[in-house]
Amino acid sequence: MTKQLITAADMEAIAVGGAYLGTGGGGDPYIGKLMARTAIEANGPVRVVQPEAVADDALCVPVFMMGAPTVMVEKLPRGDEALEALRQLERFLGRKADALICVEAGGLNSTIPFAVAAATGLPLIDGDGMGRAFPELQMVSFTMHDISATPLVHADDKGNSAIINAVSNLWTERLARVQAIQMGGASLVAAYPMTGAQMKAGILRGTLSLIKGIGETIAAERVAKRHPGVALREQFDGRHLFTGRVVDVDRATTGGFARGRAVLKGIDGFAGRTFEVAFQNEFLVARGDGGQVIASTPDLICALDADGGLPVTTEQLRYGLTVEFTGLPCDRQWRTAKGLELAGPGYFGYDHAYEPVEALNPAA
Amino acid sequence: MYRLGIDVGGTNTDAVIMEGRHVLSGVKASTTEDVTTGVIEALEGAIAKAGIDRSKISTVMIGTTHFTNAVIERKHINHVAAIRLGLPATACLPPMVDWPNDLAEAVGHHTYLVRGGYEFDGRTIAPLDEEELIRIAADIRLKNVKAAAITCVFSPINAEMEQRAKAVIEKHCPGLPVVVSGDIGRIGLLERESAAIMNASLLSLAAKTVDAFAKALKDAGLSCPFFITQNDGTLMAAATVRSFPVLTFASGPTNSMRGAAFLTGRKEAIVVDIGGTTSDVGALHHGFPRQAATIVDVGGVRTNFRMPDVFSIGLGGGSLVRELANGDVTVGPQSVGYRIARDALVFGGQTLTTTDIAVALGKADIGDAQKVAHLDRALAEKAHARIVQMLENSVERSRVSADPIPVIAVGGGSILMPDRLGDLEVIRPENFAVANAVGAAIAQISGEVDRVFALEKGLTREICLKQAEQEATERALSAGAIAETIQVIEREDVPLAYLPGNATRIHVKVVGEMGGFHG
Repeated sequence: MTKQLITAADMEAIAVGGAYLGTGGGGDPYIGKLMARTAIEANGPVRVVQPEAVADDALCVPVFMMGAPTVMVEKLPRGDEALEALRQLERFLGRKADALICVEAGGLNSTIPFAVAAATGLPLIDGDGMGRAFPELQMVSFTMHDISATPLVHADDKGNSAIINAVSNLWTERLARVQAIQMGGASLVAAYPMTGAQMKAGILRGTLSLIKGIGETIAAERVAKRHPGVALREQFDGRHLFTGRVVDVDRATTGGFARGRAVLKGIDGFAGRTFEVAFQNEFLVARGDGGQVIASTPDLICALDADGGLPVTTEQLRYGLTVEFTGLPCDRQWRTAKGLELAGPGYFGYDHAYEPVEALNPAA
Repeated sequence: MYRLGIDVGGTNTDAVIMEGRHVLSGVKASTTEDVTTGVIEALEGAIAKAGIDRSKISTVMIGTTHFTNAVIERKHINHVAAIRLGLPATACLPPMVDWPNDLAEAVGHHTYLVRGGYEFDGRTIAPLDEEELIRIAADIRLKNVKAAAITCVFSPINAEMEQRAKAVIEKHCPGLPVVVSGDIGRIGLLERESAAIMNASLLSLAAKTVDAFAKALKDAGLSCPFFITQNDGTLMAAATVRSFPVLTFASGPTNSMRGAAFLTGRKEAIVVDIGGTTSDVGALHHGFPRQAATIVDVGGVRTNFRMPDVFSIGLGGGSLVRELANGDVTVGPQSVGYRIARDALVFGGQTLTTTDIAVALGKADIGDAQKVAHLDRALAEKAHARIVQMLENSVERSRVSADPIPVIAVGGGSILMPDRLGDLEVIRPENFAVANAVGAAIAQISGEVDRVFALEKGLTREICLKQAEQEATERALSAGAIAETIQVIEREDVPLAYLPGNATRIHVKVVGEMGGFHG
């Protein structure tokens, strides 16, 4: 989409595609879809523009949710928290925003910016800072381009808000996370204010179009009675990691994250094999028989319901559910030394070295 | 000893007598407005046909689609006050936000958002606004709303505020039935809230229906216990259904699919159960109904019950056939339902139904064919084509691959099913018409544990899960399950971060076949 109007009806595909790139996390896209749909129905369609269409001196602001996805499916937002955060950030900067950015084209955060764009009438830029979902605030391409996350404003449902100024994006994450937990496990955020020029250097291009396309592919494949996993793997050089039935889920909401692991027993072509996947909001590490790593962050571990073909989030995982896992290569930026330092296995406390999912699973 | 399985659908009431794995008799009767008469007719027929001594019937199992039909047809639904405790949070998406308009209309638009609710860690979002609840109670009395459903944010981890709100409403609306969401669903506010509202909207119907069942069995001189089948194919005590009709939502499809698998011995198939008002379509995988992964639509509403992946279309043997001014023919979703034996043309009535079309085209021999001899052939052909197309579409939706897979047609309305559907073979098992009742008669017995465990003094999550599983198994065994058939179907733990001592809420459900089943 060079310049495109997104209507309430488009939110279905965007939410499904966003859930797929959400790699199990990023919050229930259903909630985000309803919020965006309600906002678009009330205010009219959202203008999505290409990065190049934005002036170099424009003020571009990402808006997003931070916190535990399990909280968001139960405690819905009040509705105007993100707008409140954006308005306060504008007041602090003494300047109005010219365009909005999506930080995370995965899960709830792929839809939140549409709701804010509809409410403000601001254009939304076609791209994001992750090309997927990640659990922490500093894990964006903007950090790799030395764009500061602060000043950051976040707000909660009760009317609390805070402005943070920090010495690094990791510090911003630490400080904001503690507050988000106190705010009830989730908050809505306006942060990473940047110029159009900075945005053009850092943004991963076209990812909003991408998730819309993924959502449309999933819908079309389901209509054609095919499991969408196959078509998506062909389109994006994915690897079929596993298909199986969940036999155990161990989860805890700690430190503001939904952490845990799920164990699956194989079915169909994977019968007799086991699979374990660890998550912190998102699926991070997949292990096959004997515990060897078969896919690892920052590559994407995407899950579809093995029967129905729709994306499965970590909070939906439960005993007896059949799930198909696909490994997708991440954006090239994530495989650089800077990228791996931000979101590689070492950052999450794993001692295995990162190897690309294509190398771990040579094409058959 | 014998088992009596009864299925009460929108149109037909069926009964089967089973001894071990054998179906001794199966009888269909029409569902009656009072429910009781139809149940008695069916069960007396089945007992007489089997020629058994009724005092040797050890258990009665009843499956019913009564409550699902009520939601699908938007009938017999009472108005509900939908009260949510969670302000200032949650205001962005009010109760019933994603419901079809006509259903929201049927339960009235009585939605109330109240200050209250919990955070994920057990703190309160806001103290419960009891004064507001008292004002709501006055409004409920004023509007003469028939039931209330209370949903509190994070009630699955702390039930207290819901219970407190319930007490306030009950005090100010004496006699008003009040449903709390924590009794019905899990984490996921909108889905749990929707289930609680639907449950509350069905309470009047539930009381009436369970009374009717009890009366029918008493009148027939049966004093053995009776159970009602629920969503997952297991049994629940009749008294439970009074409070939780929503738990029977998928019991019809579950019963017909388990019945179809039992009667054909097929383990991979698509089952189409055509009743009088609706057809339920679902897939058998390894002999069990394929479970819906995440969300289940009931009457257009998203819920998070664990249910078979079945969807209903408004096509049955009693569906109305109408010719529009432009010559198009519509089929359903309205149905004459249990009045088919009076209203359909072939039975001397005045209403054109799908059954009349099947008889007119010589595809079925029911009632008096003379009474449809006058029907315009072109109209009948058009209606038939529409019926086949509806069936094909629904079967296609259930297919997961292009591989041919048999279609098992069951239910009284399966006269509407052609011998082949597209490229798929159609199987009609013996006793196809009473598959539902067979499914009810082979329903499994369950044992359930749902309580908080403290993970301390060396107790790990694994040990607690094992312990819960053992307790659930013991409960199933004492309820009559056979040990070697027991398997776990639900196993879930929700950490309760707000309680000291690392507490976790564990839910385990096991099922097994009823003793005497192999006999």
